[in-house]
Amino acid sequence: MIEIRFHGRGGQGTVVASKILADALAQEGNYVQAYPEFGVERRGAPVFSFIRIDNKPIYDKSRIYTPDHVVVVDPTLVEAIDITDGLKDGGWIIINSDKHPSEFKFPARFKVATVNATGIAVKNKLGTLAAPIVNTAVAGAVVKILNLAKLESLLQAIGDAISIKPEDNKKAAAEAYEQAAASA
Amino acid sequence: MKKVMMGNHALSYGAMLSRAQVIAAYPITPQTQVVELLSEMCADKTLNAKFIKVESEHSAMAACIGASITGARTFTATSAQGLALMHELLHWASGGRLPVVMGNINRSMAPGWSIWTDQNDSLSERDTGWMQFYCASNQEVLDTVIQAFKVSETLAIPSMVILDAFTLSHTYEVVDIPDKAKVDEYLPPFKPPYRLTPDDPHAFNGLTSPEHYFELRYKLQKDMEKVPALIEETGREYEKLFGRYLGLVDDYLCDDAEIILVTSGTAGYTARVAVDELRGSGVKAGNLRMKVFRPFPFEVVQRILKRAKKVAVVDRNISYGHHGIFAQEVKSALYGQAGDIPVFGFIAGLGGRDITPASFREVVDYTLSHDIPEDNILWIGVKK
Repeated sequence: MIEIRFHGRGGQGTVVASKILADALAQEGNYVQAYPEFGVERRGAPVFSFIRIDNKPIYDKSRIYTPDHVVVVDPTLVEAIDITDGLKDGGWIIINSDKHPSEFKFPARFKVATVNATGIAVKNKLGTLAAPIVNTAVAGAVVKILNLAKLESLLQAIGDAISIKPEDNKKAAAEAYEQAAASA
Repeated sequence: MKKVMMGNHALSYGAMLSRAQVIAAYPITPQTQVVELLSEMCADKTLNAKFIKVESEHSAMAACIGASITGARTFTATSAQGLALMHELLHWASGGRLPVVMGNINRSMAPGWSIWTDQNDSLSERDTGWMQFYCASNQEVLDTVIQAFKVSETLAIPSMVILDAFTLSHTYEVVDIPDKAKVDEYLPPFKPPYRLTPDDPHAFNGLTSPEHYFELRYKLQKDMEKVPALIEETGREYEKLFGRYLGLVDDYLCDDAEIILVTSGTAGYTARVAVDELRGSGVKAGNLRMKVFRPFPFEVVQRILKRAKKVAVVDRNISYGHHGIFAQEVKSALYGQAGDIPVFGFIAGLGGRDITPASFREVVDYTLSHDIPEDNILWIGVKK
């Protein structure tokens, strides 16, 4: 079983990112469980979403406390909160950032990857310049770095789930898939 | 067709596939998403139903009763305080023998204000004459709505299909959506023997003197007693068509178990994870997840639990001044049975506090290390 925690801010589509990922993984025959933070979301406040992935039915309905990997949709959260809380040794930290992974100082037991999802979203005119919609690009990077699913499955899931600018969203996901850079 | 969906939408799909004809609801989080999707299905004609917006949950159930009495297949959904506001009319639906099916998302009663899960909202309606089905997955939610209509309409008793707030309501899982034509085969159109129609006028639910009232209640109970066999029969029929059996309980590794956990809702699935771990360390544990709470399936519970040396019931609810409510029921089921099996009653997870595999290990550790419980309630995870 793989458990992933997403960090974002309310209004950035963090839950949608995990839902799209769940769709793509389900298409490939995996069992998935994706859920938002159990509470009330406020725009701009730190939010979480979670996903469990397995090749057999998932009976554990408790919350995820020790994720295998974390995904940071909003790079300002790296300074604001402890995004490594409970993260297992050897886990990936995938950050939406234009920086190189080596510029982030995390303990050596974690692996870091970055993707400029914001730049990709802006380039593809997703959302506005002030509030770009980065979730499809982030999903592209996650699929690549964690080798979770085929890019085609993700693009199919985006096409099925996203009604506004589906082609541009697919393009963003594919670009992020190509560009995601890993430190290890 | 398989689709990733949240529990709220599993209820919507269940109602759509059952071809509900009237849906009346008042929005309360988290069930709002149930009727949101249903209203869209009504608008785009995926579902040919009358969608009635009302001004309260009391009115929602009143509208369902009015619709059901004319012979329409009727669905609604609610949660917590909304269910409480329906209380008067829950009796009216069951007393009127109207097979309304309602989704209820288990949410803790306020105050303190809460949007998180426990079972006190639905268990407070235990004695209203409704059947109660507690689900553990979004697949089970969808399937159970369809089965509930069939059982309800066969015996003229309303049903509640119940799921945990957030842990199912807002959690996405893979759900196999049954083929519509096969659902039609399983669930034929609702044709009640009596209905309110100008073509054949009757009065319904009028003043009932002591001469007759008692018999109406006797008949409701006698029909409730027919439910367990009917659930097993319709569950097997469902399995034949869709490959999933829908029974009274979900018993996991109980055959040779020395200690059996009794659980419900999503905690009943998490318990399986703990049972697997315990088995791995040599403890003969099993899990009896209660799916149907009303009517209480006495026979199957007795048959499974009498093989155990100890029983540990984990309740996500409380009857203040008594104990956990499933614990009461299990004790009542085991009364007079041979062996005098000790029943340990635990309470966990009120107000949405998480119930984890570790919670169940704590339950099992306590149960194995005590001959009898030190108290009627054993608290798990409370800050005393």
